[in-house]
Order: sequence, then structure tokens, then C-alpha cells
Amino acid sequence: MSQSRYDRAITVFSPDGHLFQVEYALEAVRKGTTAVGVRGKNVIVLAVEKKSIAKLQEARTVRKMCLLDKHICLAFAGLTADARVLVNRARVECQSYRLTVEDAPSVDYITRYIANLQQRYTQSGGVRPFGISTLIIGFDTDGTPRLFQTDPSGTFSEWKANAIGRNSKTIVEFLEKNYSKVMSESSDEDDEKTSVKFAIRALLEVVEGSHNNIEIAVMLPEKGLKMLESSTIQQYIDEIEEEKAAAEEARRASGPVPTASSRG
Amino acid sequence: MDSVIALVGKDFVLSAADTANARSVIVMKDDVDKILELDSHKTLAMGGEPGDFVQFTEYIQKNLHLYEFQTGLQLSTHAVANFIRGELARLIREAPVLTNLLLGGYDSVSGPSLYYIDYLGTLEKLDYTAQGYASFFILGTLDRYYQKDITLDEGIELMKRCIHQLSKRFVINQKNFIFKVVDKDGVRQINFE
Repeated sequence: MSQSRYDRAITVFSPDGHLFQVEYALEAVRKGTTAVGVRGKNVIVLAVEKKSIAKLQEARTVRKMCLLDKHICLAFAGLTADARVLVNRARVECQSYRLTVEDAPSVDYITRYIANLQQRYTQSGGVRPFGISTLIIGFDTDGTPRLFQTDPSGTFSEWKANAIGRNSKTIVEFLEKNYSKVMSESSDEDDEKTSVKFAIRALLEVVEGSHNNIEIAVMLPEKGLKMLESSTIQQYIDEIEEEKAAAEEARRASGPVPTASSRG
Repeated sequence: MDSVIALVGKDFVLSAADTANARSVIVMKDDVDKILELDSHKTLAMGGEPGDFVQFTEYIQKNLHLYEFQTGLQLSTHAVANFIRGELARLIREAPVLTNLLLGGYDSVSGPSLYYIDYLGTLEKLDYTAQGYASFFILGTLDRYYQKDITLDEGIELMKRCIHQLSKRFVINQKNFIFKVVDKDGVRQINFE
């Protein structure tokens, strides 16, 4: 198709209104490892799929979740090197904001800054867009929990729960189906537990259930970011597996299996 | 006019600074905190031009925080002292910052340390020192009574002795001092009832 003539310089629109470089960047994002964000009443959870690392590689140097400031954290899906550059710019901006205004930047402000940066690289000569989507979590100074998402085109929006990267569509469907029910049934004391469990359940839809594959970060008001221990994550996974098994049992016990003839 | 005194003890650094902001004969504010917490285990006591020392020290603090977020590590007191000195040495010939500083820090590896940094870019590691007019009056007192590995209580008593000496001989009456100590548990202010 004539698409190939319109993706060399990204400043050029295709006749049917596409920016192909941006769409190809989204493809790169879709190949990245999954990240899930869930906003609770007073807590925000980020769950990421841990990339399988080589045997000789130091695990701690492969970071998918980056602290931008005491109260803001970012997870990404896509090209790690692009993320490193964007995260560094955001970290400088956070300190710059604090120096000029003597206040902590709001999550909205930093998201807007990152999104603007991503957009600038879709409208400049000789550069390509950043190949990452980001999930940005944090608390505003008034204590409101926030979860934002940005993508290579430079658009951003706020979410109650979202997922990016490999198989994110499946996870988003799961989140949409269950978010309201889970959150309405959770009490204030259980907020953290419920939100973490929900995020893990969502991630387990597409990732194997083991603490080696999953990394969880919890953002709390005042205290900042808390990374969960592998043993805690494994506990949550075991609980979820038990509940799934129990639900399966209940389903089997409640009704007869459909016969071959009912399949018409 | 700002009086800033600091000393290194057994496992802590104690800093004291007066709390007045005065212009010629008027005291504009008498509860200024001139000891900035640079990070969890460093204090920067400042003196000199009020606008300059706030601007410059906050700039240093934000750069330190940025380093922490970028690397996940804190800089050592020695590294911070050299960073500050380097900035002042550069600025003296570009846009001088009229501020004199006493950097106190506690590192888990090397323990407590104190650095004297002035607006020209002078850097000295010392056990006890002072900035401002106070130095004319109390360095002798510190020479006489300071001992290595002094305890916190002894350190506070020595500081009070210095401040008493100032009130006796210094024409400017500096009533209030803020005391801050850095040790393995971090920075805290010492309050007297």
C-alpha cells in the first residue's frame, strides 16, 4: 500500500490522516512487558510483569518502576532506553518545580509535562517518537490518589484502573468487569489489601502466577512508595489461587455439565 | 552579622545559628531557621546575605535530591562539600553568592564530619569552627574547652558557653539560637524549655 511513502518523516500526515510513526511506536509498546495500575480509595498500586532476566544478569539493575519524586512513581511498557531518558527529564522537572514553587508537583502536572514531551517528538524534524506508554501514580498535596496514562502520541488521561503492554486488552476487560464490584465491597482498612489483590488478579490473567514474575509497588499517602517483598506477593498469589479453586468447585457443584446435544 | 557555630562530637555534628534577620538597626524577623536539612543526614548552616543564602542552599538541596532519585543513593558529606565548593568557586567570578556555610553530615562509613565553606570557595574539614562575627569571639573558647569525642550533652554545654561569651562581648544582642544535631538517626532540632 502507499503507506510506506508516508512513514519516513513523521512530520508528514498520510492521506487518510495517520501518523504512521506514532502507530508503529504503539506497536513497540504492545510488545513490552505488562504493567497494571489500580487506584484504591487511599492507595494506588502498580503491578508489573518482571521480564525474564539472563542467569548472569544482576536482577536489581533491571527496573521497570521508577520513582520520580517522593510521592510520584512511573511504570512503563516499551523501549527501556526511551523510558530512561523520559524518566530522567521528569525527575529534573520535579526538582525544578520544587525549587521555583516550593511545593510538591501534582501528578497531573508531571503527567502533562511528560505527555507534552512525547508530543513534541511527534512534531519535530528528524526525530522519532518515544516508544513507551507510561502509568503514572501518586498523591496530590491534598491527599487525592491519582493514576494517569500517557502514550507515544502525547495524549494522556486519568484512570481508575488501566493496563499497558503485552496483552493489556485482556487485562483492561477484566478490570472493567470487576473494578466497581471489588472497590464497593472493600472497606477502608482493607483498602491496600483489596487493591493489591485486585491488581495481582488482573495481572495473573496474562502472566504466570509466581512471585518471580511479578513486582508490586504500593503508593501510600505521606509514607511514599513501598515495594512488596517476594514472600508477601507469593502469599497474595496463593490466596488468589485458592479462591479461584474454591469458585471452580462451587461452579462444578452447582449445575450439571452441558451435554453434547446442547451444543447443536 | 549571622553567627553560626558547629562542632563534631563522638558520633554527631552539632550546629547552632542565631535566628535574627536584621538590616542596619532594625530586626526584621527574629525566628529565622538558618540551618537547612540538605537530606536525611546532612545540615547546612548558613550566614551572609539573606537572599543569596536561601537561593543558593535550596538549589544545592534540590540537586542533591535529584541525584538521590536518579541513582537511589545519597552522596557522602565529603562529596557534597566538594560539590558546594565547586559551585561557589565557579560563581565567585560569574555571579558571586555572598554566603558562608558550615556543612555537617553523618556517613555510615566515615561517621560525623564538618566542613567550613565560604563565599570565595574556601573548603576546610574541621572539628569545630564558626562563621560570621561569632568567630572573632568564640574560637578561643572552643580552643580552650573542645575535646575530641565530646558527648552530645558536653557539646551543648560548650555551645551555650560560646553563646554566653557572645552575649557578654558582642555589641549585637543575639538572643535566640537554633540548635540542630546530625547523627546516625538523622537530623533533629534540640529544644530547650
